[in-house]
Amino acid sequence: MIKRSAARNRELVALIPVALLLSAGFAAVFAQENARLGNLSLVYGAYFLAVCIATHIFLRLRLPNADPYLFPLVALLTAFGLVMVYRIDESLARDQANWFVLGLILFALTIQFLRDYDVLERYRYTIAAVGLLLLLAPRLPGIGQQVNGAYLGVKIGPLAFQPAEFSKICIVVFLASYLREHREVLIVGARRVLGVTLPPLKHLGPLLVVWGASMFMLVFIRDLGSSLMFFAAFLALLYVATGRFSFVVIGMGMFLVGAWFFASTVPHVHDRVEIWLNPYNDPTGNGYQILQSIFAQADGGLFGKGFGQALITIPGTHAALLPAAQTDTIYSLIVNELGLFGASAVVLIYLLIAARGFKVALLADDGFSKLLATGLTAVFAIQAFVIIGGVTRVIPLTGVTLPFISYGGSSIVANFVLLALLLLISDRARREAATPRGAFALEGS
Amino acid sequence: MNRQIVKLFAFIVVLFAVLIGFTSYWSIFDAQALKDKEANKRPLLEQQQIKRGRILAADGTVIAKSVAKSVAKGHGTGLRYVRRYPEGALYGHPIGYSFVRQGDSEFEQFHNDELVGEESEFGSILDELRGRRQEGNDIVTNIDAAAQRVALADLEEQGFGAVVAIEPSTGAVKVMASNKPYDPNRVPVELEELNRNLIETPLLNRATQGLYPPGSTFKVVTAAAGLESGAITPETTIDAPGTIIDEGHELNNDFSEDFGPIALDTALTNSVNTWFGQLGQKVGNDKLFETMEKFGFNSTPPIDLPDDEVYNSGIYGEDGHTLNRNDPVDLARVAIGQERLLATPLQMTMVAAAVANGGKLMKPQIWNRVVDPDGRTVKRLDPSVYSEPISAQTAEELTAAMEGVVSEGTGTNAAISGVPVAGKTGTAETPGNEACGGGEEENQAWFIGFAPADEPQIAIVASVECSEQFGNDVAAPIFRDVAETILNGGS
Repeated sequence: MIKRSAARNRELVALIPVALLLSAGFAAVFAQENARLGNLSLVYGAYFLAVCIATHIFLRLRLPNADPYLFPLVALLTAFGLVMVYRIDESLARDQANWFVLGLILFALTIQFLRDYDVLERYRYTIAAVGLLLLLAPRLPGIGQQVNGAYLGVKIGPLAFQPAEFSKICIVVFLASYLREHREVLIVGARRVLGVTLPPLKHLGPLLVVWGASMFMLVFIRDLGSSLMFFAAFLALLYVATGRFSFVVIGMGMFLVGAWFFASTVPHVHDRVEIWLNPYNDPTGNGYQILQSIFAQADGGLFGKGFGQALITIPGTHAALLPAAQTDTIYSLIVNELGLFGASAVVLIYLLIAARGFKVALLADDGFSKLLATGLTAVFAIQAFVIIGGVTRVIPLTGVTLPFISYGGSSIVANFVLLALLLLISDRARREAATPRGAFALEGS
Repeated sequence: MNRQIVKLFAFIVVLFAVLIGFTSYWSIFDAQALKDKEANKRPLLEQQQIKRGRILAADGTVIAKSVAKSVAKGHGTGLRYVRRYPEGALYGHPIGYSFVRQGDSEFEQFHNDELVGEESEFGSILDELRGRRQEGNDIVTNIDAAAQRVALADLEEQGFGAVVAIEPSTGAVKVMASNKPYDPNRVPVELEELNRNLIETPLLNRATQGLYPPGSTFKVVTAAAGLESGAITPETTIDAPGTIIDEGHELNNDFSEDFGPIALDTALTNSVNTWFGQLGQKVGNDKLFETMEKFGFNSTPPIDLPDDEVYNSGIYGEDGHTLNRNDPVDLARVAIGQERLLATPLQMTMVAAAVANGGKLMKPQIWNRVVDPDGRTVKRLDPSVYSEPISAQTAEELTAAMEGVVSEGTGTNAAISGVPVAGKTGTAETPGNEACGGGEEENQAWFIGFAPADEPQIAIVASVECSEQFGNDVAAPIFRDVAETILNGGS
């Protein structure tokens, strides 16, 4: 009992600086816009703190042993995202706040009804099918939507969302379950051919299917970013499940060959790569977004220009100076306003979340929990890498959101579900670690 | 599996380190290069939101100012400033322009940081905390409004060309006029048109970018090298026949006049080509180049204008670079300002100013002081010596010879009643010059000089393209008008 309240107490304490930061952030934006300090910033800060404390109490009741730092870290990102989005456009921030609340509701529902998350294993093929269907949905006539040449959105009546955000959770659940069952065979059956350890042919099939799915996404969804994100999460899981680094190398090679092939045949993918390599060839057209993203960063320097100081549109017009500032390029805006220091802090928060996520995986007792926690954490971290890497020209820029910071309901809600799953695993793992091991350690059954 | 999870985390750490690495590269290490990119309009757009400081003439005449333009309130800040130039074309050179789409040029570009009030990063953080808007500083220039007006009006009467006037003791640039002028207010609407005008080239500041054969004005440099190297004294006589043979070509005096054995003052007063041709050979490559370089030839003049808008003077080889002392040149023709020698009016003004200032060449500077928005002078021009090309004695001897030019020689039109003037004319033949319509009788007409000769207050150069007359007819009167304006109080 002492231990369980200790974890939640730490969580509560960690939430206080988050609320203060949010208030300070809003205060800074208000000061910039109205040249005066209203108490509205404190009101927003108080609302935020209230919502966070409600969530905290819920966690105290439902998952007393869960990791104490994950929720405050995520709340920190969300607070930060809210301030950034508010600074871009007040009305967008209102949406974002609503989604935050919706996300927390789904978060609570997940925790409430998936306490026994092993049930997911039983429906793994259904879940995989749903995941794939979600991925395909944007190409379905009537509901699919094309944005900048990529098929990422779905619109059913008034409801529009990005199915890839939810699909990633389904796919990870499926992979964790599938690999938990087959990891032994994949290890034992491996053959050395020409000095390379290959998975057994019989089990190569499902792996090829995943590779095929990634390639399929590249061609039909035309999004290099999500394709990379899914495949990297798959390789991470494969590696953790089998311990065979050679599998990763083979997989990476296959992905690169496929990506290269499609990059040279599918025009949209080809353009993305071309813009990445030679943005200056078309600085006012195709290369505009990535160049403006980098110019915005160059403008930030070490400490940035300060909250609310960056130019997002060309003054006097509505033409974008930093296109998609509230979604794709929000990181560049952060560098511009908060400098290298602020941006490094953001990257560090993602890294801390990844560290806590992997810690959950380390503590988890059974294979499924371990792999699920690993997969969820990996896909989350890789998503952050894909978009930050995109706007910093490490890799081609694609339309993936920056988790919890970018404007976008699907992203926020899906990532809160992801967080709920992580906390569920964490609670069980830490509870088991706290109580003496019983006869029900069933790993590998 | 735990070992792999830890390794996977290590890999993620590496990936994130790469992100921070790239972010630092763009935001710190490559930042300046990115800000200078043509495609990057962000710095200019940001500066447009800052009230850029004014540029003033020495007497307070407003040359450039920023006016607020209201902007439909959308995203971001609603305030925007646009540059206005109340005096129009009069200061198009050397002040230049500054607009968001068209970029900036000349003085506006060189002094950008002061005009936008750029401070250290910590300074601006402090300002931000105090809720203070960044505001630019005013710059007061040395430019004499009355003299600038006279110079440009005279030029517009005489032809394309330039006038530069520098205060010898400080290097303060009092006049810099270039004809064909342009009105910077028109730049936003007709920059392309101005750029396309390759005959009149209104955007070319002929004072700093007009490369002309200096002709006989260069004899001042040759004489300086002769005196300074000890090759001659003011008393040394050299026989000056009507014609000498140099490198297999004839080199003639005007009308092939034979002067016999004469000394420097007679030679300079009458601008005797054969005398200076022989002096050049006597001085030799090394000494002549040494003197030229001390006067500023072969390097970018140290003026407060962007380097790429100020051309080097010197002997131009075929590859478009200036030759140095080891390259083969026809010395006798260099000595009389011909060969492949090209000089800007600014460069020749630096020569005149150095002689006027007892041999010390001061750095020419257009700005005089920077005044912050609260009216405090935050920085003031501290005159500094660029080089000492000649001794005070040589300067005195040259001045004496140059006085002869105006009082009884080729430059009598530069004379001002009651004020001794020292100077030198130049009339360089530029036959077949496309810009002059390809005529065969076209000259580059020059006058370089300073006044008063005994206590110089101003050194002035006037250079006029495509003239069918001599330096004394075209350029010397401009010198006189500008000098009188400045000496009569100007500002």
